[in-house]
Amino acid sequence: MGLPDILFYIFAALTLLCGLLVVANPFSRSPVTSAMFLVLTIISLAGLFVLLNAFFLAAVQVIVYAGAVMVLFVFVIMLLDLKEEERRHIKAFGFVTGVVSVGIILSVFLKSIGSTAKLALPAAANASTAGESDTHALGMLLFTKYTLPFEVISVLLLVAMIGVITLSKKDLK
Amino acid sequence: MQVGLQHYLVISALLFATGLLGVIMRRNLLVMYMSLELMLNAANLALVSFSRYNNNLDGQVLVFFIITVAAAEVAVGLALIVALFRKRQSAHVEDLTSMKL
Repeated sequence: MGLPDILFYIFAALTLLCGLLVVANPFSRSPVTSAMFLVLTIISLAGLFVLLNAFFLAAVQVIVYAGAVMVLFVFVIMLLDLKEEERRHIKAFGFVTGVVSVGIILSVFLKSIGSTAKLALPAAANASTAGESDTHALGMLLFTKYTLPFEVISVLLLVAMIGVITLSKKDLK
Repeated sequence: MQVGLQHYLVISALLFATGLLGVIMRRNLLVMYMSLELMLNAANLALVSFSRYNNNLDGQVLVFFIITVAAAEVAVGLALIVALFRKRQSAHVEDLTSMKL
């Protein structure tokens, strides 16, 4: 077992543990704790992206998710005073429904994963471990084959911005 | 044991299940929203691992777009939550049962 494999198990365990603590933390029910564990989950996912040779996406993951999105989350949590949320308990009905439906969908997932073909790492990808070429290829793809989606997504960001400004007006019509 | 595509897919499935459990089980809008982010991240992990093991970068481009859409979605969703909180003084789904504000 080489170093990448050991790193995979470390990052995978960290991802799952922190993900579980986002959802059901036995020590604290505060949304702030959930947000902090979500940051940890995202950072360890970025570690998994590095192991998958997706260096650019790992950087974007840390900058956009752990940076911008989570700051927005924490900001809103601080803005809303959510003291009373900590007193609420998880309803037994919700717990049972959640566990049953998650169990069903997980069994479907694992069944289908078990029947997928065992792909070996492609030889070319194995040889080139220099991340620079990968990022370069990603940029080329983004601005040639995917130019239209790229432009559309910028329009989407503009629309989202206008929507947020409209929503946060004082007297919402 | 050599880490392969299956390992990454199992992690992705488990992370997705965790997110789904949070959306169904938790009743706080903000925590439900964070669980949605977990599910999006699980999908991203599956896409990146498929992209790596098929030696095809299209999956990574899709993940790039998903991250952008998720950022826009978070901004709009949180603005909605803040607007709702101003009207109702609560971010708890059981207090938000009527559609009329």
